[in-house]
Amino acid sequence: MSLIKVKDLSLGYDSKVVAKDLNFEVNMGDYLCIVGENGSGKSTLMKTLLGLRKPLGGSIEFGDGLKSTDIGYLPQQSIVQKDFPASVYEIVISGLCKGFSKSLFYSKRDKETVLSTLERLGISSLKHRCYRELSGGQQQRVLLARALCATEKIILLDEPVAGLDPVATKEMYDTIQDLNKDGVTVIMISHDIAAAVKYATNILHMGDDNVFSTKEEYLNSELGRNFSES
Amino acid sequence: MMDKLSLYMQYPMVRYAFIVGILIALCSSLLGVTLVLKRFSFIGDGLSHVAFGAMAIAAVLNFTNETLIVLPVTIVSAILLLRTGANTKVKGDAAIAMISVGALAFGYLLMNIFSTSSNLTGDVCSTLFGSLSILTLTKSEVTLCIVLSIVVLIIFILFYNKIFSVTFDEDFAKATGSPVEGYNLLIAVVIAVIIVLAMNLVGSLLISALVIFPALSAMRLFKSFKSVTIFSAVLSVVCAFSGLLISVLAGTPTGSTIVAVDVLAFFVCCIGGLFKGAKG
Repeated sequence: MSLIKVKDLSLGYDSKVVAKDLNFEVNMGDYLCIVGENGSGKSTLMKTLLGLRKPLGGSIEFGDGLKSTDIGYLPQQSIVQKDFPASVYEIVISGLCKGFSKSLFYSKRDKETVLSTLERLGISSLKHRCYRELSGGQQQRVLLARALCATEKIILLDEPVAGLDPVATKEMYDTIQDLNKDGVTVIMISHDIAAAVKYATNILHMGDDNVFSTKEEYLNSELGRNFSES
Repeated sequence: MMDKLSLYMQYPMVRYAFIVGILIALCSSLLGVTLVLKRFSFIGDGLSHVAFGAMAIAAVLNFTNETLIVLPVTIVSAILLLRTGANTKVKGDAAIAMISVGALAFGYLLMNIFSTSSNLTGDVCSTLFGSLSILTLTKSEVTLCIVLSIVVLIIFILFYNKIFSVTFDEDFAKATGSPVEGYNLLIAVVIAVIIVLAMNLVGSLLISALVIFPALSAMRLFKSFKSVTIFSAVLSVVCAFSGLLISVLAGTPTGSTIVAVDVLAFFVCCIGGLFKGAKG
C-alpha cells in the first residue's frame, strides 16, 4: 500500500481546469520531484494534497496510516512573514500546534522535540534569534524545522531554494537529502530540473501531458532529454 | 496637584473610569499585534463605525442599555468582514470602507431625524470622540465592561498558541489540521467585543489608535511574538493611565488625550528602535 495514491485527479480554480488526468503514487521513502512550467498547476497540486483546496475530480487516497494532516509543509514565504516579529523557537514550536486533539499549551516533550529538531538541522544557535533578521537560507531551515515538528513521515516542499544563493541552495538540498535518507518521504516542487534529476527517485512532469516516472525512465524519455540537453 | 487628584479619586465614577480605562487598554492591545500582522488594521476602524450606527439605532429606539444592541450587531459585522477577506468579489479593504462609511452615514442620519435630545452635535461628538462619556458610565455598564474584559483576557491566554500559529501562517495551520476558520471566527468575535468596550473609552473614531499604536510601538523594539505582546499590553496600560490622569487634571477630552499619549509613545519607540538598530 502506498502512502499517497492519486487517481485521475483534476485541479483548478472555480471551474477552470489547470491540470487534469494526474496519476501517481508516493511510497514510503520516496523522493518525488514535481517539475513543470509556471502555471502548470504545481502549487495547486500541492495545496490539494494538503487539503487546502478541493479537487475538481478524481481522488487522493492516503494509506499506511497516513492522514492528510500528517504532512509537514514548507510553503513559499509570504510577505506577512518577512517582517513578522517572532523568535525561531516560537515558529518551530508552532509546528506542534495542530488539530483539536492537542491541548492548548505545549508540554515539556514538545519543547524537547523542538530542541532536537533544531539540533538535527544545525540551527540550535539560532534558537532565540528573530526570524526576520535571518538570511534566506536560515529562514528556510527554520520553516523546515517547523514542518518536521508537524510530522516525521512526509514533507512537502514548495520551491525550497527559491531566492537562495548557490551555497545556501546546495546546503538546503543536502539537508533534504539527509532527511530522505533518514526515512522521511519528500515531495518537492522545483524549477531546477538539474537538481531534480540529481536527488529525486521519482519525477512528475506537469504540463500538456502529465508524466509520472522514475528518474531513470525520465532521463531516457524524450521529455527528459529535451530538458537535460537545453 | 496631588490634592486635586485625591479629591477626584473620592468620586466613584472617577475610580470606575480608571478601572475600565486600564482594562480596555489591556484588551485592545492584545489583539492589536495579530491585527497588524494579519494586515487587518482597518477592521477596527470599520467595526467602530458599525458600532456607531448601531448605537444610533439603539438611541432612537430608546434602549437603556445600548451595549445589548451594539454588541451583537458589531459581532455579526466582524464575522462578515473577516469572512469576506479571503475570496469574494468585493475585496477586504473595499468591503470595510463600504460598511464603515455606510454605517457612519446612516447612524448620523438616524440620530438627526429621530433625535429627542436638544444637544445633537454634543451627542454625536461624544459618540465619535468619547469626550468625557467615560466619566458618566453607570454601574451596570462598568460591571459589563469588567466581565467582558476578563473574558477577553482569558480567551487570549488560553488560545495564545493557536492565535500565534494562525497569525503566522494560516495555510500551514490549516494543512496540519487546525480549525483555522474557527479561530478566525473567535478572533473576529473578540475584536468586536473589544471595539464595543473601547467605544466607551475613546469613542468610535479613535478606537483603531488604541488597537494599533501599542502593537506598532512594541514591534519597533522587540523581536519575539511573546515580548511584543507583553510590551504592547504594558505600554497600552501605561498610556491609558497617564492619558486619563492628564485628562482628569487638565480637563482635556479623555479619548483624544489617551490617543495623543499613544502617538507620543510610538515616536519614542521609533527613536529607541533606531538606536537599538544602530548598536547591533
